[in-house]
Amino acid sequence: MKMKSTVMALATTATALTPLAAEARQVTFTTQLNVYGGKGAYLAFYVTDAQGKYVGSLWMAGPHAKYYRHLPGWMRATGGNPGEVAGITGASVGPGRTLKINLNLNDALFDKGYKLHIDAAAENFPEIPNDVVVNLTSAGKGKPVAGRGYVKSFTYSY
Amino acid sequence: MTRLLHRYIALPGSLLLLLLTLSGAVLSVLPALEVAQSAAMAPGETVADLAAKVQANLPEVQQIKVDAAGNITAYYFAGLSPAAKIIDPATGGVIGDKAATPVKDWLVDLHRSLFLGSGGRITAGVGAAMMVLLALTGIFLMARRMGGWRKFFAPARGPLSARLHVEFSRIALLGLVFSGATGIWITLTVFDVIPAFDPTPVFPDQVSGQIASDISALPALRDIPLTELKALTFPYAGDATDVFTVETTGGMGYVDQGTGEMLSFEAPAGFAQVNALIYALHTGRGLRAWALGLVLGLASLAGALLTVTGVLVWLRGRKSSAPVKGFDRAGRAETIILVGSEGGSTWGFAATLGAALKDAGQSVHIGPMSAFNPARWPQAKRLIVLAATYGNGDAPQSAKGFLEALERHGAKAERLPVAVLGFGDRSYEKFCGFGEEVRAAFERQGWPQLVEMERIDRQSPQAFRRWGRALGAALGLELDLNHVPSHPPTRKLTLISRQDYGLEFQEPTAILRFALPQRTLWEKITGQGWPRFSAGDLLGVVPEGDSVPRFYSLASSSRDGFVEICVKKHAGGLCSGQLHRLAPGDSIDAFIRPNPDFAPQRKGPVVLIGAGTGIGPLAGFIRGNCRRKPMHLYFGVRHPQSDLLYGEALEEWAKGGQLTSHQIAFSRLGEKTYVQDLIRRDAARLVELANAGAQFLVCGGRGMADGVQAALAEALAPVGLTPAQLKAEGRYVEDVY
Repeated sequence: MKMKSTVMALATTATALTPLAAEARQVTFTTQLNVYGGKGAYLAFYVTDAQGKYVGSLWMAGPHAKYYRHLPGWMRATGGNPGEVAGITGASVGPGRTLKINLNLNDALFDKGYKLHIDAAAENFPEIPNDVVVNLTSAGKGKPVAGRGYVKSFTYSY
Repeated sequence: MTRLLHRYIALPGSLLLLLLTLSGAVLSVLPALEVAQSAAMAPGETVADLAAKVQANLPEVQQIKVDAAGNITAYYFAGLSPAAKIIDPATGGVIGDKAATPVKDWLVDLHRSLFLGSGGRITAGVGAAMMVLLALTGIFLMARRMGGWRKFFAPARGPLSARLHVEFSRIALLGLVFSGATGIWITLTVFDVIPAFDPTPVFPDQVSGQIASDISALPALRDIPLTELKALTFPYAGDATDVFTVETTGGMGYVDQGTGEMLSFEAPAGFAQVNALIYALHTGRGLRAWALGLVLGLASLAGALLTVTGVLVWLRGRKSSAPVKGFDRAGRAETIILVGSEGGSTWGFAATLGAALKDAGQSVHIGPMSAFNPARWPQAKRLIVLAATYGNGDAPQSAKGFLEALERHGAKAERLPVAVLGFGDRSYEKFCGFGEEVRAAFERQGWPQLVEMERIDRQSPQAFRRWGRALGAALGLELDLNHVPSHPPTRKLTLISRQDYGLEFQEPTAILRFALPQRTLWEKITGQGWPRFSAGDLLGVVPEGDSVPRFYSLASSSRDGFVEICVKKHAGGLCSGQLHRLAPGDSIDAFIRPNPDFAPQRKGPVVLIGAGTGIGPLAGFIRGNCRRKPMHLYFGVRHPQSDLLYGEALEEWAKGGQLTSHQIAFSRLGEKTYVQDLIRRDAARLVELANAGAQFLVCGGRGMADGVQAALAEALAPVGLTPAQLKAEGRYVEDVY
């Protein structure tokens, strides 16, 4: 049975992305996990620019900062600074479950070469950096992308 | 204070503690199993060797992890399903799939968070803190209970649940403090109250951009012995900007996948190593900690049993010490009844007395002796003290501190008339010793006596009634104290067989054998129902038509598989008459009362002396003497053809070696000898036995026992020994009626 857990991110989470243009829109990230048979997975959602440089974090699924070091791509990008996800964390996501996040994102994030990354890890399972890497484009909205590890499919829509 | 703290931590936490200790005990076994299953790593093997071999076998490998026990697992996601393969450290080949461990995962989840996420982790941490507090308060309580730190390991006394509570504490205390303290520490690290200080090396700005074809040649990986590896993460396939991430017991670092250079590395701070050590000690995981884990697991199991026995001790205490209800407050009462009770039966007498006084129109307050304080009774006109004696002259539980309180408060108080009633057991040397001390203390302070002090032997309702009449006369009241002593719940015992004796002398005597009542499993676990018993314990028989039980010494132990007593029929005796009318298949209501002092010593010879039905427990001791320790019997009956109880059995036991020697005196045959005559005649031998550490167990009527004691005193006098001395050492014990 697949259950849905919905997380409402009410705050404007584009704080790290404010240098960009003004218009914001509500975007929904839908992340469905494989049935990998372990405990809840930690998922880090973060954005890099066209040059691969870290721009900011959008969401951290997983409550305990001491385990963030098992998300290698995010660690590498942020140096493990928990301040990068302050106020935008939630529960970890169980196998087979779906995480829905509603975010207010800047228009300028789309079609400008920005990439969304998802790192994933679970206890007694491997750490998968870049489980999902997807270009943020208006053409790609609503199209599911398969991950390479924990993520069965990822879709962004607005 | 310590006691209250102990209780009010334990009671609300008992379920939590039970879950934590039981799950912990089961989990403690797993590290040892993991270590037993792990394959040994060859010395000199490096991370580079293993990584190359694994990648050759499993090209899609993403991460290799080595657990604390040394088991190597390779992980990768193949399509939609994750794969976890156990790796042979020698060949890098796949041994098999890493099996899912749903039971272990479930237990771990239960143990650390009760399936409740972060809130559950805090709860488990609180449970660990409770455990430490309980262990620490428990140590003090135990020292107090045992009578001082030096007696910390002395044998425990009291009901089974309390004894087990003490025994399990001795096993568990240290382990529980250790597991609890490390558990608290781990909870604090989870919530970052104690920082983790895990190494976080800086990701290199520059990588070579090359991908080496042979991992086994990469120098940084060649430098790390396989035994130090914790995890190796392979670079994202085909991504030349990615690196190897390696975590070892020495730290964490990034290795260039082209040059094999260690691009950055960070060793854990000292604190991180403390965290790792505490984690290993708590879980017992790893090659060095698994044995400790088993020890802690055992302590944890004992902790679970402590929780159960602790609750039982509390329930029992609540049942037996429940102070009486329905009486007046101390400030308003004219008659103050103070109770010194150990097991709770004296409270029952107080309730009977109080009720009778209330019926006569008095206002009555009943409280424990330890609460003695005349300032609290401004209206009081008289004081009645019911004082039981604990052991050989000590204050019972509810009278602890009474004599000090009397010193403190009594001197400045108005001297009211006092009546002291002592409760005790005549078979102790200081019969009603504590009651006597209390009376003397009142006398020293000049409190007038309301009535003469009385002593009640073994809760005798008749003696209590007599005293009540005397008290009533002093108060100008008609007092009829009809006390029904409370006793444990009875069970139906069914007669299997009976042997009759003594008919020739119009003194019918019978050996009655009853079937052992069956106990349900629940009763066995909770220690309820028909208890285990030994020969010399007492069988309380509640006759039809009267609720006061009569006591008979048991001639069998539960190991014999039956309940046996010897009963002489008394003229007009209600209970003995009913017992003598029983035919096989009939049943009676009965219960067991322990009588642990009347039992053969473990080492050294035993001299058994008895007459008539007094042979009962002595025969039981001989029957149970399977270790063939020296036992000598002196037995008195009337005539060999009439009342020689156990006559044939004694011959058999003598042949079998369970009975070393036996002499029988016949009072209606030939020379007419009594058992005390045998003692006098055998004086030299008895002196020898006494010098060899013999114990004397005497059972029978009061008259016979006095005769025996006098004869023995005579026999032992030449060597300077007295029965009193032997009594003090537990080497002269009487069971008389």
